[in-house]
Amino acid sequence: MLATRHPVIALVGNPNTGKTTLFNALAGMNQRVGNYPGVTVETKKGRFKHRGQTVEVIDLPGTYSLAARSPDEMVAVDVILGHNAGEQRPDVVVTIVDASNLERNLYLTTQVLELGVPVVVALNMMDVAQGQGLNIDVPRLARNLGVPVVPVQANKGKGLEDLKDAVAETIAAKTQSTGPSFPEPFEKEVVTLHGRLGNGVEPFLIRRLLLDVGGYTEQVLSTRHGAHLLEEVKTARHRLTEAGCSVPGVEARTRYAWIRNATADCVKRPAQRPVSWTDRLDRVLTHRIWGTVIFLGLMFLVFQSIFFWARPLMDLVGGGFDWLKEVTTGDMEPGPLRDLLGEGVIQGIGGVLVFLPQILILFAFIAILEDCGYMARAAFLMDRLMARCGLNGKSFIPLLSSMACAVPGIMAARVIENRRDRFATILVAPLMSCSARLPVYILLAGAFLGDTDVYPLWLPGLAIFGMYCIGLVLAPLIAFLLKRTLLKGDAPVFVMEMPLYKKPAFLQVARRSVEAGWMFVRRAGTIILASMIVIWALLYFPTHDAANANGVSFPNQRAKLEKEIDRAKKSLKNANAEEKEQIEAEIEKHEDEIKVLSQRWKEQSYLGQLGQFIEPAVVPLGWDWRIGVGALASFPAREVIVPTLGLLFGVGEGDAGEDEYLTQLGSQMKKENWRGTSVPLFTIPTAFSIMVFFALCCQCASTLAVIKRETNSWAWPAFTFVYMTVLAYVAALFVYQVGMLIG
Amino acid sequence: MTTLDQLKRGEHGIVTAVAGEDAIGQRLLEMGLLEGEEVEVLAFAPLGDPIEIRIRDYRLSLRKAEAARVSVQPGPATQ
Repeated sequence: MLATRHPVIALVGNPNTGKTTLFNALAGMNQRVGNYPGVTVETKKGRFKHRGQTVEVIDLPGTYSLAARSPDEMVAVDVILGHNAGEQRPDVVVTIVDASNLERNLYLTTQVLELGVPVVVALNMMDVAQGQGLNIDVPRLARNLGVPVVPVQANKGKGLEDLKDAVAETIAAKTQSTGPSFPEPFEKEVVTLHGRLGNGVEPFLIRRLLLDVGGYTEQVLSTRHGAHLLEEVKTARHRLTEAGCSVPGVEARTRYAWIRNATADCVKRPAQRPVSWTDRLDRVLTHRIWGTVIFLGLMFLVFQSIFFWARPLMDLVGGGFDWLKEVTTGDMEPGPLRDLLGEGVIQGIGGVLVFLPQILILFAFIAILEDCGYMARAAFLMDRLMARCGLNGKSFIPLLSSMACAVPGIMAARVIENRRDRFATILVAPLMSCSARLPVYILLAGAFLGDTDVYPLWLPGLAIFGMYCIGLVLAPLIAFLLKRTLLKGDAPVFVMEMPLYKKPAFLQVARRSVEAGWMFVRRAGTIILASMIVIWALLYFPTHDAANANGVSFPNQRAKLEKEIDRAKKSLKNANAEEKEQIEAEIEKHEDEIKVLSQRWKEQSYLGQLGQFIEPAVVPLGWDWRIGVGALASFPAREVIVPTLGLLFGVGEGDAGEDEYLTQLGSQMKKENWRGTSVPLFTIPTAFSIMVFFALCCQCASTLAVIKRETNSWAWPAFTFVYMTVLAYVAALFVYQVGMLIG
Repeated sequence: MTTLDQLKRGEHGIVTAVAGEDAIGQRLLEMGLLEGEEVEVLAFAPLGDPIEIRIRDYRLSLRKAEAARVSVQPGPATQ
């Protein structure tokens, strides 16, 4: 079937103008998110039907200006100019304009007018403008701007039909307006450069080339046309300064003068600006003391919610998958297939979905904070603190969230517009001590510092607090270094609008939260699942005992023992007291045999062999090969270390609760010796060396998968993995060696 | 004549110039900080930086280093 081309419209607007709300109102559930190659910002595409005609909608990233300084900022221009392969220019660009803040919003519209595509202005938030006493004569504004202007209320779905009608008419009529004209000397330079570069370069880009000193257009055109182009542009700019229209000022002056002229006779302002709710709220919320107190209270609530409220839900997901494994594999024949399904696939999917509660809750919070306008205030309050390590105020929430879990934390970094700041935040977020590290800390601090006869009661707590501090100190430090090396560049612009406060819309909040969850499952989930299966296989194969190559394979031996236990349990019902004791002893014996078997199996697995191979590398950290294997096995997910150590040291999880299990494992570990000696394996320096290693190492496939997704490149997760692993190794080495010197 | 970062909370001023042709200078201009516009300082963040101002019907926050590029003529307060 031949695909007929549907008309395409692109939505453009400043942040906080209700652009996404309008897009959702137009496209409904019928939308998909995408990235253009090489950029990290998302564009959404959707479609709607209007009077029998299907119309495609592209939602472009919110921006104040089309002056691009990076590929991310170039997306809107590239889409509207039709520069992306396989895409045509949109038929109409709809610019969404906040009626209560008309002048600054129209600035972007005047830029869009120069792109040579018909424009329709959607005038949003008329109610807010009226509340501020502004009176806008819409027909007159449309006449002055030379384009249709349609009042809409995106959050209430009002004016949508009028907007669609206006779009349809504009598509049919193909009417275009040109917007402001620049001073004569400037237009002359544009004509000269256009003649020089030829028709392949749109006049819009030539204006940008002249206006954006050090901008993205300079980069693109100078690589295409030679570096000497920059010299020509420089002399052109010099001539413009002499003629009294220096860049970049000439653009803002020309546009704002034109806008003021176009709005002069159609916007009536009150003689005195009424005091708004935003004025009243900001007196408290951006107050030096009260603002900070309220902010800290809110952050405490957010942190609590992802740390503690998500816990029961996560347990529910975990329990659900244990049950699912039981149900699906219970009746299957023992063998690799059953184990792959049960221990690899189902456990793996569970390992992905277990993050969902945290992601949903955190994103609901972020959506509420952003939708109601508070997020900008939070960034405002925290900016100075974060600026000291080269980040900005918006990095605070992602880093705080990472103390519960780096996965939602990294996703939360999307609110940071500046690419370098966003990347620096993402790369250091995994250094914050997440909740998965806590069991390791509890196990080791409890076992080695928890002896109340020797150590004060508060020592284990202090040690755990110290582990959290390592992240809190190192994350800003590494960010500082990154901003001076890999992510070096111009000082980021922290010029941020403080939007009006408004009630958060429930639907928007729910949508953002579900979108984030779905994105995680679909994009990161597959990578997590794959790595879980790989690690499972490395611990599972080879299945034959090297010492007894012709004997029964490990899984079959285990299956046999499990059957014995099952049979014994069944016979327990009809047994008398004496028999019962005997059977129970038998069950215990089989369970012990399974432990020994699993231990030997793990030891001979590929991962176990690797652990023994790398033992020389981990001995300087005070570890033997078993701890080495534990650390290796924990690379996909660090929480795996506790059950892995349990397996290696022969402490079964059994029916004991988690606390009791940790205590049992701790006391068993204290009894362990170095291979073939009576020198205790675990000393306080070793315990600290493990804790520090786990505090700093990037043992989380999910985190790496999410970094890949958010940076749209494999290079950054690879870098994160390497720098964190090296850091962890060096720090653990240092801790152990210094610890041994002190004694 | 002074610069925007020197104004105190609640003070008004008229912009007389914005310095710099780099990204920051351009962004300030784009956001509407232009000669002849009135600005009002609304708040200071806890550590004295950044500041929150009112310009052209909306609120903007910027760091002091950026505000220092904006020359202003203090007063007249509209009220």
